[in-house]
Amino acid sequence: MTREILISLLAATVQSGTPILYATLGEIFTERSGILNLGVEGIMLVGALAGFLGAKFTGSPVSGFLLGGVFGMGLAGIHGLVCIGFNGNQVVSGLALTILGTGLANYLGTPFIGQSAPGFSPWPVPVLSRIPILGEIFFQHDFLIYISYLVPPLMWLFFRYTRWGLGLRAAGEHPAAAAAAGLNIYRFRWAGVLTGGFLAGLGGAYLSLAYTHLWTSGLTAGRGWIAVALVIFAFWHPLRAFLGAYLFGGVMAFQFRLQALGADLPSSLLLMLPYGLTILVLVLSSWRARGDQAPAFLGINVEPSE
Amino acid sequence: MGRIRVLKRQEPLGWRSCLVLFGAAGVSLVLSGILLGLQDRPPLTAMGVLFQGAFGSAWAIEDCLIKAVPIYLCSLGVAVAFRLQVWNIGAEGQFALGAVGATAAALYFPDLPWFLLLPYMALAAFIAGGSWGLIPALLKIRMRANEIIVTLMMNYIAILFLDYLVYGAWKDPASFGFPMTPTFTESAIVGRIGDTHLNWGLALCAVCGLLVWIFFRYTLLGYELKASGENVRAARYARLPYERLVILVMVLSGALAGWAGFIEASATLNRLQPSIMVGYGYTAIVVAWLARLNPLFIGLASFLLAGLRVGVENLQLELQVPAAFGQIMEGLILLTVLAGGFFTEYRLRLRPRP
Repeated sequence: MTREILISLLAATVQSGTPILYATLGEIFTERSGILNLGVEGIMLVGALAGFLGAKFTGSPVSGFLLGGVFGMGLAGIHGLVCIGFNGNQVVSGLALTILGTGLANYLGTPFIGQSAPGFSPWPVPVLSRIPILGEIFFQHDFLIYISYLVPPLMWLFFRYTRWGLGLRAAGEHPAAAAAAGLNIYRFRWAGVLTGGFLAGLGGAYLSLAYTHLWTSGLTAGRGWIAVALVIFAFWHPLRAFLGAYLFGGVMAFQFRLQALGADLPSSLLLMLPYGLTILVLVLSSWRARGDQAPAFLGINVEPSE
Repeated sequence: MGRIRVLKRQEPLGWRSCLVLFGAAGVSLVLSGILLGLQDRPPLTAMGVLFQGAFGSAWAIEDCLIKAVPIYLCSLGVAVAFRLQVWNIGAEGQFALGAVGATAAALYFPDLPWFLLLPYMALAAFIAGGSWGLIPALLKIRMRANEIIVTLMMNYIAILFLDYLVYGAWKDPASFGFPMTPTFTESAIVGRIGDTHLNWGLALCAVCGLLVWIFFRYTLLGYELKASGENVRAARYARLPYERLVILVMVLSGALAGWAGFIEASATLNRLQPSIMVGYGYTAIVVAWLARLNPLFIGLASFLLAGLRVGVENLQLELQVPAAFGQIMEGLILLTVLAGGFFTEYRLRLRPRP
C-alpha cells in the first residue's frame, strides 16, 4: 500500500518536474552564451498558449508542442533584439518580456479559459516500463518526458565536445578573447537566446498539453522564475538540472496530494511551499558556490565595435 | 551588408533623448494597434477610446491621479534600489505586506482617534514593507543570494499570506463568505482633499519624492549611494559601506511600497481584500526605468501609466478589449525604450560603398 503511494508520488514528481526541467535547460543554454533572460515566465506562458491553441486547431498535440517552442523562440527573439541588437539592459529587458508575455497570454487566451485541447496521454515504454520501481517511476509517462531525459546529456555533450559548444561558452566566459580568435560572438549569443526560448516554450506547452490538458490564466504560477533560480542551483550544468527540476516537481506533487487528501492546512499556506523552497535552495547554492560558477560575462553586453 | 558603422557618441544627447522616448512610445502604439487590428478591432478608434477614457474628462484625470499614488510610491522605492544597481523586483510583495501591516493596526485598534491611528498604521506599513525588503538584502550580502529571484519569490509568498488572512482570520463575518476584512472605522481612513475624490496620499507622494530628491542631491550618504551604484568595485575600494547601503535602500524601498499598500487599503478600498493586488508593483518597475530613476519624472510617468490603466478600463467597457491589453502595452513601451536607448549612446553612419 505505502509502496504504491510512494511510487505514484515519485511518478507525479517526474511529471510535474518536466516543464521546469525544459525551462531550466533553456535558461542554462542562454546564460552559458552570456545572456541573462529573465523573461522565462512570460515565454513559458506564451508557449503554453501557443501549444494549446496549436493542438486545438490542428488537432495534433505534436504540432502544438512544437508551436509552443517556436513561439517561445519568437518571444526570446525580442529579448535578443533589445539586448544583442540594441545593447539594452538585460535585466530590465527580461522583466519587460515577462510583462509582455503574461499580457499576451492573458489577452489572447481569455476566450479559451476552461476549454481543453487534444493533449498527450501516457505511452509506457515497451520493455523498460516493466522494470520494477524504476520503470514505474520513469517509463510510464507521455512521450515528452522521454524526450526530456535525452536533452540534458545531449546538451552536456554539445558543450563539452563540439566546436559550436565551445564557441557558445566562450561568448559567455570571455567574449573579447572569443572575438579575437575570430568567432562571431553575436551569432553565438543569438543562438543561445533563441534555443533557450525554444526550450522554455516547450516547457510551457508541456504544461497545457500534458499536465493540465486545459487552458487557465496564470498557468505557469512562477515556474519560469523557479527555473531561473534552478540554473544557479545547477551551477549552469545541464545534468544537474535534473536534480533541481525533480526536487521542485516533488514538492509540487506532494503539495497537490496533501490538498487532495484534505489536509487540515489552508491551501494558501501549502501553495507557499515551492516559493519558500526556491529561496532556500537559492541561498544554499549561492552560499556554497561563492558566485564564481556563473559565466564571467553573464548579463554584460558586448559593445558594438567600430 | 556592413555598410553601416556604429559609433559611440562623444557628448550626451541632452534634450534630444526625449525624441527617443517619443519614438519608442510611437513604435509601441503602432505595434499594439496592429495587435488590435489583427482581432478586427479598429485600431484608431480604439486608441481614441483609450485616450478619451484616460484623459478626456475631469473625472478620468482624477481617477488617473488616484491610481498614480500607489504607482508613484512603489516606483520611488524601486528607483532608490536601482540607483545602487540592487534589483528589487519585490515592490508587489512589499506593497502587499504594507497593506497587511496597516490593516492589522486598523483592525486591532479601531477605537483610536485618527491622529493616533493613521500614524500607527503608517508605522506598521513601514515596518512590514521594510522588513520584506530587509530579508532579501540580508540574504544578498550575507549569502550572496540573487535579490531578483528572492524578491520575486517573496512576492508570491506575500500575496498568498494576504489571501490566507482575508480568507481566514480576518474575514468579515458579515461579508456573505466574500474574502474581505470588515470596513475600517472612520478614523482609519485617509481622508479626501477638499471636495475632490483625491486623497491625502497625493501629499505623501510629494513629500516622499522631495525627500528622496534632497537625499540624493544634498546628502553625503546619497552621494555615496549614487557613486556605489555607478561602480560597485570602485566603491568597495574606496571603502564606501556598500553592505550597509544595500540594507538601507532595500528597507527604504520596501517601506515606500508598504506605504503604497497602506494608502490603497485605507483610502481607496477602506478594507483589505485580494483585489488590492493589481500589479502596481510591476508597473512601478516600468515607471522607474522610463523616468530614468528621477523622482520628478517618476511622477510624470506614474501619471501616464495610471492613465494607461484607466484608459484600458474604458477600452474594456466600450470595445470588450481584455484588460491584459494594458500589460502588453506596458511591456512594449519598456522594450522599445530600452532598445531606443541605443540611439542615445551610439550613432549610426552610412559608410560609402568602396
